[in-house]
Amino acid sequence: MAVAAAAQTGFDFSSASRNAYLAERGVKLPNATSTGTTIVGCLFQDGIVLGADTRATAGPIVADKNCEKIHYVTESIRCCGAGTAADTEFVTALISSNMELHALSTGRKPRVVTAMTMLKQHLFRYQGHVGAALVLGGVDSTGAHLFTIHPHGSTDKLPYVTMGSGSLAAMAVFESKWQPNLSRQAAIDLVAEAIAAGIFNDLGSGSNIDVCVIAPEKTDMLRNYIMPNERVQKEKTYGFRRGTTAWTAEKIRSLIINEEVTQVGNEAMDTS
Amino acid sequence: MPGTPSIQRPTQHQFNPYSDNGGTILAIAGADFSIIAGDTRQSEGYNIQTRYAPKVFRLTDRAVLAVNGFAADGNMFVKKVKQRLEWYRHAHAKDMPLRAIARLIQTMLYAQRFFPYYVYNILGGIEEDGSGAVYSFDPVGSYERETCRAAGAAQSLVQPFLDNQVYFKNQVPPPGRAHPTHLPLRDVLDIVIDAFTSATERHIEVGDGLEMYIVLAKGRTLQGVEAAQEISARTDGERVFVLRRDLKKD
Amino acid sequence: MSIMEYNGGSVIAMVGKDCVAIASDLRLGNQALTVATNFEKIFPVTDRIYIGLPGLATDVTTLRERFRYRVNMYTIKESRTIEPSTFAHLVSSTLYERRFGPYFIEPIIAGLERNPATGELSPYIAGADLIGCLNFAKDFVVAGTASDKLFGVAEGLWEPGLEPEDLFETISQTLLNAVDRDAYSGWGAIVHVITKDKVISRTLKGRMD
Repeated sequence: MAVAAAAQTGFDFSSASRNAYLAERGVKLPNATSTGTTIVGCLFQDGIVLGADTRATAGPIVADKNCEKIHYVTESIRCCGAGTAADTEFVTALISSNMELHALSTGRKPRVVTAMTMLKQHLFRYQGHVGAALVLGGVDSTGAHLFTIHPHGSTDKLPYVTMGSGSLAAMAVFESKWQPNLSRQAAIDLVAEAIAAGIFNDLGSGSNIDVCVIAPEKTDMLRNYIMPNERVQKEKTYGFRRGTTAWTAEKIRSLIINEEVTQVGNEAMDTS
Repeated sequence: MPGTPSIQRPTQHQFNPYSDNGGTILAIAGADFSIIAGDTRQSEGYNIQTRYAPKVFRLTDRAVLAVNGFAADGNMFVKKVKQRLEWYRHAHAKDMPLRAIARLIQTMLYAQRFFPYYVYNILGGIEEDGSGAVYSFDPVGSYERETCRAAGAAQSLVQPFLDNQVYFKNQVPPPGRAHPTHLPLRDVLDIVIDAFTSATERHIEVGDGLEMYIVLAKGRTLQGVEAAQEISARTDGERVFVLRRDLKKD
Repeated sequence: MSIMEYNGGSVIAMVGKDCVAIASDLRLGNQALTVATNFEKIFPVTDRIYIGLPGLATDVTTLRERFRYRVNMYTIKESRTIEPSTFAHLVSSTLYERRFGPYFIEPIIAGLERNPATGELSPYIAGADLIGCLNFAKDFVVAGTASDKLFGVAEGLWEPGLEPEDLFETISQTLLNAVDRDAYSGWGAIVHVITKDKVISRTLKGRMD
């Protein structure tokens, strides 16, 4: 059946009509995890440095204190994601997969523009409903490239970029301190400072600083490069005395297979 | 409905006089003391307006008021309560008793029934019989005396924790023993601090600083919490102390 | 009205020392009206994996069957049982497939993961939002109508390295006190503690109001 064959790939819209009916009756959709987020990237003398905070929120609640927002695309191309968390996760995984296939079929190292084009075409097709705001950076045969990609599919190519709810705080740092041909360490420090500005001044961003350095020879993913927000020791311990909770029924399922072997006949073999 | 063009109506503009400035407050009463605490962050949306905006105020030597919600309303309300208490002092040459302040706050809130102060109040202090007391209010003046109460942005995070640790809810006492009716000062302080550090971890609007006001009944001493700074007018009656702590700033 | 509040319900999972626990309430409601007090939302996937499915009850049933089907297919095709981390990605993909018409479920996964090199079992928990964004936590994950309350209490009560019996107390106290402040959850609770050699399931005595 043609319809069934078409439904094999991509999104499944079969519940959309049910949910639209529910929405019409005044039912609110629960909010998906979003990454309020500060994500940044900047050019330095021999490549790109990307940075991100690690907070994921659901409304005013922190859903994940240490999530990863710098996604793998290829060995020398990485992508920071802001917006709807699931969308940034899946759109980068999809493009990463297609980039690998592209590399295999062309036999060349894939280029950053290729990833950028694939991402923007995917996002444009979904007219902003795939809510991913991305910072894409990498190094290829044509040099180091840094892009921002907006949820509707528009792109920018700039030497230093920021995105997410903390973008203004981070951009303030870049605008006052970024300069061409920064050294590797100076670029890392600048990116970390920009992310820190987001973490401390934007409520949508928080916890730790992730950094990724992409240079022609190798990529370094510096996960939790700085952890400025560790929880302090609690004043009290809250262990409970065993038997504190009242319960009415218990069922124990043993995962150890016990086999009772019953000896039938003679105990030992006759060896005489 | 998707696909159906919506009917064009004239755009209406409305001024919204309220905003939500986040933060959380909490109070716990002991046998002969009260602790009233609040964080010091003031925010709007994803912005921090200030990292130090007090939400807890000393009214008298035996009454402390915590206000949370819309900061402008909160500050104005505290100002007016303080003014009424001063008039009371001039008229009667003594401080107003706690239960009377609670009733005063009710009438002041209900007077604004159709343009309310957008604030949740928690009043803590020492009753005339020397017992620790906490009164909690809704924005239009409905109130109740309790042993413990949390309000504000992280109320839903903190209150069930307090139910468990202060009221011992859902805990079976050890055989042959009963749960204590009142906790010692040190334990209550620990619970308050841990409640706020927990709320800071999981709620984006809670953080920066923590202010804890300790009100002691006449004759009672701090006993082991000497780091607190005294702010009472007289030292021969009920006494008020403040204890400050840093909270995470992210 | 939020769709999560239509039937109500909450789930939590916690990590302990060489063990994990997953717990849920037992309420099934029709908005404010409680319809049943024996509606389980946690299901075994393998011997050492459990999944909790709080949310719209019709989707609880649908997804339970879908996961059962997909796990059976995996077991047959691969001739081995699925590991928790693999199952978490299976859950994630199943949900994201319906990005624009989602199941109203926020799944919680708890299990013990076998290290392929050493054969050791280590605790594994994960949560996901309704469109499949995974959340790998080292301490605890929560979901459902009482999620705010669960976050608050768990953040206060949880500590690292709890033995199975201590983890049982901590997760039970967290759940009971959280659901008692939630109108859409409660009416009894069930806790599963998964250890390397047994799974202990206990029905808790909770408030029935």
